[in-house]
Amino acid sequence: MTEPFFQVDDLNTWFFTRQGVIKSVRDISFDLRRGEVLGIVGESGSGKSVTGMSIMGQIDEPGRIVSGSISLDGQELTALTFEEMRRFRGRKIAMVFQNPLMTLNPLMRVRDQMYEAISEHGDVSRKEMHDRCIEVLMAVGIPSPQERLNAYPHEMSGGMRQRVVIATALLLGPDMIIADEPTTALDVTIQAQIIYHIRRQIDERGLGMIWITHDLSTLSELADRIMVMYAGAMMEIGTTEDIIGFPRHPYTRKLLSSVPSRNTPGEKLRQIPGNMPSLLSLGKGCPFASRCERATEICSEPVPATRLSATHHIWCYHPFEG
Amino acid sequence: MNEMIFEAKDLSRSFTVGRSAFRDLANRFMGDRPPTVLRAVDNVSLTLREGETLGVVGESGCGKSTLARMIAGILPASSGERHFRGEPYDSLLARKRDALKIQMVFQDPLSSLNPRLRVGEIVGEAAVLHGLVPRSRVKEYVIEILARVGLPADSIGRYPHQFSGGQRQRVGIARSLAVKPDMLICDEAVAALDVSVQAQIINLLMDIRRDSGLAMIFISHDLSVIRHLCDRVAVMYLGRVVELAETEQLFASPAHPYTRMLLEGMPKISLERRKFMPIQGEIPSPLSPPSGCHFHPRCPIATEHCRRTRPELREIASGQVHACMNVEAL
Repeated sequence: MTEPFFQVDDLNTWFFTRQGVIKSVRDISFDLRRGEVLGIVGESGSGKSVTGMSIMGQIDEPGRIVSGSISLDGQELTALTFEEMRRFRGRKIAMVFQNPLMTLNPLMRVRDQMYEAISEHGDVSRKEMHDRCIEVLMAVGIPSPQERLNAYPHEMSGGMRQRVVIATALLLGPDMIIADEPTTALDVTIQAQIIYHIRRQIDERGLGMIWITHDLSTLSELADRIMVMYAGAMMEIGTTEDIIGFPRHPYTRKLLSSVPSRNTPGEKLRQIPGNMPSLLSLGKGCPFASRCERATEICSEPVPATRLSATHHIWCYHPFEG
Repeated sequence: MNEMIFEAKDLSRSFTVGRSAFRDLANRFMGDRPPTVLRAVDNVSLTLREGETLGVVGESGCGKSTLARMIAGILPASSGERHFRGEPYDSLLARKRDALKIQMVFQDPLSSLNPRLRVGEIVGEAAVLHGLVPRSRVKEYVIEILARVGLPADSIGRYPHQFSGGQRQRVGIARSLAVKPDMLICDEAVAALDVSVQAQIINLLMDIRRDSGLAMIFISHDLSVIRHLCDRVAVMYLGRVVELAETEQLFASPAHPYTRMLLEGMPKISLERRKFMPIQGEIPSPLSPPSGCHFHPRCPIATEHCRRTRPELREIASGQVHACMNVEAL
């Protein structure tokens, strides 16, 4: 296996609101290799999206990265100025969001937005810009890319728009792509097509990808490794086989077993009792303890990482046996 | 077998697209140009028995939400018949109190709950107005309903925005239950919820169904949720029902190529990497659906016949009907 080219160490991103400090991301560490898809899975409020935004340098007031390091090929991203980070984005790291209409300019043809993305980062002839656009549009499985270049976003279906966004992300040949729920709003048949093309591009181009989602089934089919987050903290990280096949954390197990396809049709679903705690009033212990059947007194103490294997790490005092 | 509670026969709904006062005026002076018509629901026939749950599944633009609104009686039909316990909708809906027997739960409770009303008013309003509960008893009544959906009694004084997404959906369900419905239509009622919250709401709906014998129509794009909750399933594609069968039968032996494609595309939690090339083609625009069988441009077994002829639903096994003209020939 190759060495990781991207690393996040002890990342803390907090929001300083009038109600108090919301610790959205607490002590997150992971790395990424070329040609690898790392899935970050969690429910609303788990901090998965804030993790992605932190990497992109897009945390706005009242939030900020309080501590920790994010580095790509040895370069520290948290130390970059706004202008340096702007040049870094797109060229080195690109991001894809859930709603393509948020990313695409409704008043511009696809061609003009894609050209703009290229020319922002360097002087390139129109001929070459055109060729590069056609190449990436074909790479994500867009039929007749020539025609699509002339289209406006509203003239395309949701699936087509998201492909254009992904193609634009590939345009500058980035080292990695962060995708936040990129296929959640799409129909299943369209979702399957897009995942197929993305997996191929990751493999062919040797990209690193972070795929943020609440959908474990998509990850089980696409990701190489999966990181499970809950209420801002890491619960478990491992290969897809570790997490889907042999989950050890009580939260991962509960999450997997509450999915309808893992229950007998017609019977009640195994549900997790209670709700996620408020991020304003977290103790220093495991945030899942209040909903966990295995919790004891020690769970209110800070939870250290336990190494189960070279790939599998867990944050829990009472993990299930392997 | 139970009595029939709802029956739809050849139900259709069309919308005229791009209609405006200007266009109408222009047409008056410059001669009529035919407006673009979207057939959102095209000759759909369904039945629902007392206590039964029917699932309706399909992708964007298949007309499932339009169908839901027609069944709920909040959208008139362009043609076709709707009967509730044998009575046509026209006469049923004229009697407001009886029309309450049909209730709907929407996907987004924030846009279907009045943000300026407290939960007590949201849940109790209709019951008081229609004389189901005397005003003097409404508070106890609402607290009782809230307990049924798993909300604490003090929710009564709070506003919708003070709840989480899952709790808000409970408020939406409580509002429907407060008028003692016999039929509940859920349109993507769990689609916007997190996995663990989704499980809680699905369990709640199953409890309600068990306790009150409600008949339900459950509309969703999510096959795994449909499989879990429903007795029978109708699969829709571009306004038409392409297959209808008992849930077990549909998942064990899907007949229509579109149903097969949906089942194959259904995301599963498994360690098997998806190897196959996914199904090609986009969902065509409902504004200009393909001729003949709507599915033919994406269908692996389509023939010239499929391009020309509109398929009819045919029964292949007891209770299983589908609209493919070709699948048995293979």
